[in-house]
Amino acid sequence: MKIRAQIGKVLNLDKCIGCHTCSVTCKNVWTSRKGMEYVWFNNVETKPGIGYPKEWENQDVWNGGWERKTNGKLQPKIGGRWRVLAKIFGNPDMPEIDDYYEPFHFDFDNLQDSGVVKTSPVARPRSLISGERMAKIEWGPNWEELLGTEFESRKRDKNFDDMEKDIYGQFENTFMMYLPRLCEHCLNPTCVAACPSGSIYKREEDGIVLVDQDKCRGWRMCISGCPYKKIYYNWESGKAEKCTFCYPRIENGEPTVCSETCVGRIRYLGVMLYDADRIAEAASTENTEDLYEAQMDIFLDPNDPDIIAQAKKDGIPDNWMEAARKSPVYKMAKEWKVALPLHPEYRTLPMVWYVPPLSPIQNAAQAGKMAMKDDIMPDVKSLRIPVKYLANMLTAGKEEPVINSLERMMAMRHYMRSKHVDGAPDTSILDNVGLTEDMVEDMYRYMAIANYEDRYVIPTGHKEETMDAYGERGSCGFSFGDGCSSHSNNDVDMFGGARTSGGNSGSKKDNRVNTLFTSAD
Amino acid sequence: MSFDFHHFLFQFVPYFALTILFLGCLLRFDRDPYSWRSKSSQLLRKKQLIWGNVLFHVGVLMILAGHAIGLLTPIAVFDALGVSHSAKQMLAIVAGGGAGVIAFVGLTLLIHRRVFDPRIRANTSRADMVVLLMLYAQLILGMLTIPVSLEHLDGHEMVKFMEWAQHIVTFRDGAAEYIRDSALIFKLHITLGMLIFTIFPFTRLVHMLSAPVGYMFRKQYQIVRRRES
Repeated sequence: MKIRAQIGKVLNLDKCIGCHTCSVTCKNVWTSRKGMEYVWFNNVETKPGIGYPKEWENQDVWNGGWERKTNGKLQPKIGGRWRVLAKIFGNPDMPEIDDYYEPFHFDFDNLQDSGVVKTSPVARPRSLISGERMAKIEWGPNWEELLGTEFESRKRDKNFDDMEKDIYGQFENTFMMYLPRLCEHCLNPTCVAACPSGSIYKREEDGIVLVDQDKCRGWRMCISGCPYKKIYYNWESGKAEKCTFCYPRIENGEPTVCSETCVGRIRYLGVMLYDADRIAEAASTENTEDLYEAQMDIFLDPNDPDIIAQAKKDGIPDNWMEAARKSPVYKMAKEWKVALPLHPEYRTLPMVWYVPPLSPIQNAAQAGKMAMKDDIMPDVKSLRIPVKYLANMLTAGKEEPVINSLERMMAMRHYMRSKHVDGAPDTSILDNVGLTEDMVEDMYRYMAIANYEDRYVIPTGHKEETMDAYGERGSCGFSFGDGCSSHSNNDVDMFGGARTSGGNSGSKKDNRVNTLFTSAD
Repeated sequence: MSFDFHHFLFQFVPYFALTILFLGCLLRFDRDPYSWRSKSSQLLRKKQLIWGNVLFHVGVLMILAGHAIGLLTPIAVFDALGVSHSAKQMLAIVAGGGAGVIAFVGLTLLIHRRVFDPRIRANTSRADMVVLLMLYAQLILGMLTIPVSLEHLDGHEMVKFMEWAQHIVTFRDGAAEYIRDSALIFKLHITLGMLIFTIFPFTRLVHMLSAPVGYMFRKQYQIVRRRES
């Protein structure tokens, strides 16, 4: 056994209101740069829909994730080492920017400078790539917001597999939910495996997956490898960039920007302990429906004395163990089993999990005919969002864990209603769903009240053990891996690149975007 | 031996070019590793890139290998293997010509895409364009040497270039004299080649030095980094 710790995450979809605050704050911090305009490390999709980039979930199209060979070994779905290298000159499995969307801006200046005209002046869109006018904006990061676009297009959603999907195109049966997405910081990441340069790595101390910008050569195999399409190609710098899990904040014990700013309080961050020696075994579980359980099996109990002793040996700091015992992620995923992984069938062992959303009872108007599981609780199968749909998304199609999660949440609601409305807590329902009163009170505290201190239990990193900050004293500040050289006063980079940092660049190339909209047509 | 322009161009300039190539790459790799990249434009437009890029790279890799092996293998090795000069000349013409055509088709597609696709054109630096056009010119010059070579199929001209190249890389004097009487087209080809060597460190060409062959031998798929101490 080799114990490693990771900061995991849970998103409670039952409370997501689809406000996109997470996406916007993330974008402002990380991707509001040239070459990255089309990139959203965090985006919120309305489901059902094909998402961003188009049909990212359909691995028949993009070949992301892993496949299990007949000998039980895993290899990236894009191919083994030779096939990855064979695709290096032209990568057939990589989305084009139009699969995300062509980034654009509007000629806002025209609204002020148009002069006297007969009709109202308008701000027309202009491509941020070519600088040319766009006749029409065809797609965007959130094109299917609130079930936008026709069902014919949205029904390509891969989560409709094995379902009679056409009935959900009818108004009476339509359903929707939000799915905020970010990098999963997987235990078995395919982006790392597919990188020919070896520039992507997982940090041992907190599990965050990062791209070494100095080592990345832009072979762009990671983009194909990642089944979630959450690693992106910066078309200006020619490097791969991805969600950093806001590691500078995590190291200081602060939540990621998307979590911090989540107004619905749906995000949870906490330590998960896992057995690193069993990653390969779990990821290569034969039946995809068993992958959820297999991943659950390698999570370790931070209260178990044996685990505590072994963790000490493996160098897990005490404050991390303390945090692991208070981890909201551990509680939701492991203790209450209400949180589930996103698409475990990709075999990457993702570490951002989701609580499935409850939804209104179908045909509520015919309340008398409502299908009830027992006297108190309605059958989750009569919820508006089909259980099979959620199962295809969260448990590789296996319905029991989704049903269990939904029933536990309904039981929690019933229990709290009886306690506060009827004045007498009704515990009869709890046994049916395998909960105790203590558990349900805890669930209520964490999932309904969701105080800041309960949602984010992040131990600070231990940089002091490995870093002698005294040596940094008086040296240069932030740089893009080129030491202090980017702080020279030269506008021209000897090696042909536009300056990426330093803030002193006056080269025409850098200013092109800014001057785009003021120049005459 | 006379110290004239020919001597300067084919005796001294190769060393200038190689020095800038080596030192430039070393310095860039050390000082500015962030700028070391292939700078693929596939994301912006797939059309023409897959075919163009694959053809170009396959062709140009064959040509590079052919030049390296053909020019730098000691003549004695070919003699020992029983490969006659005329046979080697024929091989160079046929294989080199074939690879040249493949690379030419690919590069034509790539240049067309770069010039006529608005997205790609807007994101082309001067260095990108210079590199493409220099490689195009070099490819055309290289293929234009074929008719000349066909006039001396016994391979004696080719041997002169081998002597020149091998004298240069082994720091022997008198290299330039071997090719003093060669056809102008060869001299242009070599001169442009040295110019490409010279600009190499300042362009995206450096990505060829990072060809990820090590990936094939990487034992584990996963990479985990410890905190550095």
